Amino acid sequence: MEKQTKDASGYLDMELLRFTTAGSVDDGKSTLIGRLLYDSKSIFEDQLEAIESASRRGGNDEVNLALLTDGLRSEREQGITIDVAYRYFATPKRKFIIADTPGHIQYTRNMVTGASTADLAIILIDARNGVLEQTLRHSYIASLLGIPHLLVCVNKMDLVDFSREVFEKTRERYRHIANTLHLDSVTFIPLSAKLGDNVVEPSSRMPWYDGQTLMEILETIPVNHRVNEQDCRLPVQYVIRPISDKFHDFRGYAGRVAGGVLEKGDAVTVFPSGLRSTVTAITRLDADLEKAVASESITVQLADDLDVCRGDLIVGRGTPPTVAREITLVICWFNDKPLRPGNRYIVMQATRETIGVVTRIIHVVNVNTLQAEEGKDTLRANDIARVTIKTAKPLAFDPYAKNRVTGSLVLVDPDTFETVGGGMILGAADQIL
Amino acid sequence: MSTLTHLDELESEAIYVLREVAAQFERPVILFSGGKDSIVVTHLAYKAFYPLRIPFPLLHIDTGHNFSETIDYRDALVKRLGATLIVGSVQASIDAGRVKEETGYNASRNKLQTTTLLDTIEKYKFDAAVGGARRDEEKARAKERFFSHRDEFGQWDPKNQRPELWNIFNGKKNVGEHFRVFPISNWTEMDVWQYIYKERVEMPSIYFTHERDVFARDGQWLAAEPCIPRKPGETVERRQVRCRTIGDISCTGLTLSRATSLEEIIDEIAATRVTERGGRADDKRSETAMEDRKISGYF
Repeated sequence: MEKQTKDASGYLDMELLRFTTAGSVDDGKSTLIGRLLYDSKSIFEDQLEAIESASRRGGNDEVNLALLTDGLRSEREQGITIDVAYRYFATPKRKFIIADTPGHIQYTRNMVTGASTADLAIILIDARNGVLEQTLRHSYIASLLGIPHLLVCVNKMDLVDFSREVFEKTRERYRHIANTLHLDSVTFIPLSAKLGDNVVEPSSRMPWYDGQTLMEILETIPVNHRVNEQDCRLPVQYVIRPISDKFHDFRGYAGRVAGGVLEKGDAVTVFPSGLRSTVTAITRLDADLEKAVASESITVQLADDLDVCRGDLIVGRGTPPTVAREITLVICWFNDKPLRPGNRYIVMQATRETIGVVTRIIHVVNVNTLQAEEGKDTLRANDIARVTIKTAKPLAFDPYAKNRVTGSLVLVDPDTFETVGGGMILGAADQIL
Repeated sequence: MSTLTHLDELESEAIYVLREVAAQFERPVILFSGGKDSIVVTHLAYKAFYPLRIPFPLLHIDTGHNFSETIDYRDALVKRLGATLIVGSVQASIDAGRVKEETGYNASRNKLQTTTLLDTIEKYKFDAAVGGARRDEEKARAKERFFSHRDEFGQWDPKNQRPELWNIFNGKKNVGEHFRVFPISNWTEMDVWQYIYKERVEMPSIYFTHERDVFARDGQWLAAEPCIPRKPGETVERRQVRCRTIGDISCTGLTLSRATSLEEIIDEIAATRVTERGGRADDKRSETAMEDRKISGYF
């Protein structure tokens, strides 16, 4: 692939795709990422030299591509991936950010972290082993975090003689998972990360496969599915009030649009107060904008002098958010200190912060069977559960399935200040349990 | 609906992070080295709060071994933005006996900066130090959070980092602890140059090719300056070079280059087969040199 194909201005308007990879080292995940980086010429000579000499010192005959992603000393020593690592590469068509997450069960929290910002997840399956318990777990987390697209890569096809039958059998097995989890965008690819078949180049050894290669899919799949395009939301981050003669009356609400479209002249309501006004200006630096779309960081001015501050939600066109003081949510627990009903945490939701008390653990999901287990009174690290939380101040939110920004929250331990849980809101507790 | 371009999305993300810093911390500071990454962070901060002035000062940790162009650029920028500049001097740390200067041919003040940085953070009670580090620069940095916690000794604990989900950043800490914040974590070297090109950000002249007295050491070109003692046999030549990264003179490798414009720099980077830190002697000291320095409180 040629990197040097455009003039400087030609590089400026590419799309960005964020994806995450799930699978253990044994599935060939590191090799696959190494292959993508290598074939897109994103590994540089000095990096290759460094991992070649590190591989030799480690007693490996072959270059160990996993060393590209395992950057910490203890990861290299133990040969395992501990933490999420971010990797970057580009083709002439797109820029990519990979959140490379460890696949072991004890690192569910890392997969959740990596998946929280992803547009797409690659689920790796070893062709020799087929669908395993961990495949279900990875797929469940991907669906829970609302990743729009799943690519199921059946890897190590070279070790099963590039057999169509093996691939199709695996695909049939996976259908069951897809149905259970209501996954509607799943694509299957037979590949060999080690040899490169169907990664960037189509495989001549699997003529029976007429789908796209992994790279073709990454380059062409639509990227804007994770934003809500209907319901306009602007969580207020910061109020800009310069004390200067030139901008004496300037009062701007700075934030990143979290859904829909905001236009000059739009009628807006501020939640949770319910105050109403009209958008008089949308600015980015000194540029006046007619409108702003989801993901844009902007500053908004309103016609009326209202009491609006950080944590408020400015709402434009579309359906209004829900306001409630007790919510039902799915929570992933990250901390060794267990969660129990009655525990207090700091709740951070969009730009709002309040205190919350866990009122009930409804059930814990067994991530290997997807069975809901009731009657539990404790959550331990890496547990996923449905709980209710009562907050000191009301929250204005959307269900996570409708909006990833206004529907997500984290819990912070008020003693250690650690981030102890990540939550996806289902609804107000008096409506959804 | 139109999708944002990668530069728009990266810019929005960085501005979001900078506004979170202003909202969550009491005494933030921007770590300004005069290099392209801290220049871009400063530009983004200018955009994030306009028409308010950047609500944090800039902090330059000065090794005393600077390219003079960097200092000229820094002073002009501070004046233009109406910003406050604080300088932490490595020379002062040496004079006060806080650190000991390295000796020998490969002596560098790069590592000494950590002490000066931590002392300055403590002196001014900064609770968030915003830097231009990027995850694609180096393998230990690939594991960094946007909001990266530092304990009361300024240390990083890479194995026990807070999970960072969606765009929710937890900046809570105990007294005496601080955060390092990296708004352009997700940018690559190419993104930085494309953004500079798109925004027409003015850059220090040493990023463009110029004639300079240099000498070769371990496959790198180094500036022939008094602060780098030359070994016997290392001869000075006049060459067309530019900086790909800017650090302390003693560890900044120069690149032979013909690039006189931003367009040519972008084309040069697109064609290069060596990472930008391939020219940094400070990273070559050991396989985990960056991780070791970061753990002890480096940028």
